[in-house]
Amino acid sequence: MSVLIDKNTKILIQGFTGKMGTFHAEEMIKYGSNVVGGVTPGKGGSKHLNLPVFNTVKEAVETTGASASILFVPPAFAADSAMEAADAGIKTCVAIVDGIPSHDMIRIKRYMRRYSRVQKMTLVGPNCAGVISPGKAMLGIMPGHIYKEGKVGIIGRSGTLGYEAAQQMKNLGIGISTSVGIGGDPINGSSFKDILEKFEEDKETDAVLMIGEIGGPQEVAAGKFAKENMKKPVIAYIAGLTAPKGRVMGHAGAIVSAYGESAVEKVELLKECGVTISKNPSVMGETVKSVLVKK
Amino acid sequence: MDIHEYQAKKILAGFGVAVPRGGIVYSPENAENKARELGGSKWVVKAQIHSGARGKAGGIIVCNSELEVAQATDKLLGKKLVTNQTGPEGKIVNRVYIEEATNIKKELYLGLVFDRSSESIMVVASTEGGMSVEEISKQKPESIIRSKIEVAVGMQQFQAREIAFGLGIEPKLISRMAEAITGCYRAFSELDATMVEVNPLVISNQEQILALDCKMSFDNNALFRRNQISELRDKTQENASEVYASDRGLNYVSLDGNIGNIINGAGLAMASMDMIKLAGGEPANFLDVGGGATPEKIVKAFKLISMDKKVKVILVNIFAGINRCDWVAEGIVQALQKIEIKVPLVIRLAGTNVEKGNKILKDSKINYIEANTLEDAANKAVKALGK
Repeated sequence: MSVLIDKNTKILIQGFTGKMGTFHAEEMIKYGSNVVGGVTPGKGGSKHLNLPVFNTVKEAVETTGASASILFVPPAFAADSAMEAADAGIKTCVAIVDGIPSHDMIRIKRYMRRYSRVQKMTLVGPNCAGVISPGKAMLGIMPGHIYKEGKVGIIGRSGTLGYEAAQQMKNLGIGISTSVGIGGDPINGSSFKDILEKFEEDKETDAVLMIGEIGGPQEVAAGKFAKENMKKPVIAYIAGLTAPKGRVMGHAGAIVSAYGESAVEKVELLKECGVTISKNPSVMGETVKSVLVKK
Repeated sequence: MDIHEYQAKKILAGFGVAVPRGGIVYSPENAENKARELGGSKWVVKAQIHSGARGKAGGIIVCNSELEVAQATDKLLGKKLVTNQTGPEGKIVNRVYIEEATNIKKELYLGLVFDRSSESIMVVASTEGGMSVEEISKQKPESIIRSKIEVAVGMQQFQAREIAFGLGIEPKLISRMAEAITGCYRAFSELDATMVEVNPLVISNQEQILALDCKMSFDNNALFRRNQISELRDKTQENASEVYASDRGLNYVSLDGNIGNIINGAGLAMASMDMIKLAGGEPANFLDVGGGATPEKIVKAFKLISMDKKVKVILVNIFAGINRCDWVAEGIVQALQKIEIKVPLVIRLAGTNVEKGNKILKDSKINYIEANTLEDAANKAVKALGK
């Protein structure tokens, strides 16, 4: 098993016929993802990459039975596309795009409150690398070959730092059940805690690595959740030890503005929750290994 | 993006929040005329820089004659003000705001921010205006009132009233105070702000409710739809290298150390800086060229770092995914043909086609130190400092 996506998950590409959409759709198909079509308003009825193009997500879902989608639309239109996906019954939607206004993100999340817990779409991102269940399916823009199939879940904000972790783990022979990039924005679709919950329920995930960074309350909230509700071990690395207070470090969400948001404070609070800390970014793989050995 | 006090006040006035009368000036003669135009016998001359705590730094001067207004303006224009928020390099005063003086009966604090836990807009208010919110929460935490606003429906009148009553406002002023609070909320939500801070919000002897000082910040991601806000950007208030970087699509933050960094991805950049610190060095900057690390971005990054005189070693750390290492390596070689680097250069490539990438670098005869892991790269960069 894996979380969010597997081999059979039917995938739609929103913004299918654009340059980004086309390139990454091809990469996903090459990896083995079950891409069943795409949506570009105004181009419905045509074919692209030998797959059907639809005008609306609703039509695409009705025709193909797709349950997941990935957005390659510009930031100004991304909120609208995410809500369209939620309304059409998509269960997992990944937003890769960087630059969605925070007010729009709040709007999407308020809009999704109309759905019951079972009906509700899981939005992953924005400003992320996406989701991959190694050996099964890729719903993202990552280099698939650096991920080895296995039993550790990864949740991270950063794309390339997530790749770094996956490669360290692969070099040590450790595989991954699913890797989920939740993105670097201050308001995101899914939090660390939201994804931890899914990994705790997943029978084929044995441990979870969280790759966090400065800014916001999410890493610590996830630590508290792990302490109170999880049996599986959680390992964490927090980037940004040297980041000055009050400055945005690349990711819109990476800014220390309150107590508990700096790397040092997050590490302390996570330790109190029983989370094993990877003391620096070059030992993320080794730290995961040491936890798996103990288990 | 931050804006000046006078710009923020103009915005608030448009949302029905009363502000003292005033005007912006660029010369002492201008200032004297402005004071005369405003009338009265007492004025406040305020340096316009993107920072709070200007008073303590000498940036706010109370004047009792038009001549004093001119003199104060002369003193402030062109001066670098150093506050506890500007860093030691300070910020230059290019504009001065002349305002009629207000007789203050009561000073209050009003702030609006995004609350990341509840993903809503949080109003923070206190009876202890004039102090920074950090000081208030240390010294008078019991005075702080917090109210979470549901963004889907906006601020309700009762919420504004509750805050106003919580501040101990006289009953006859409650509705006006509620209007001021609602005005600030509307400015925040309708203009894609990330922060609105009115400190102090005052009640004058004439029982007016006035925003005496105001700071506003906006969501950079929303500027595409806020032309009237983008126009307010004042690049003279930003770090010159950071402006250079942002104009070229690079994410850059200038720091105090001497190891320059060029990295793809914000998380990996922060992680590499952490490794430099652990290895005993100090990063000179944060620089994210973007996950893709295109050759154009790498050229721009080298140009930017080579302008920084503090930099004694450059560390390049690229994790190439779909953009393969061989392609990235070619970008680095091209960059180094265009830009002369006089300090030691440590390069670590990882990811897709790493062997090919390293071979391209070796064959190119560029002078560099090869590193294999994150840790190796940081150690070699710190070691190269001594050479």
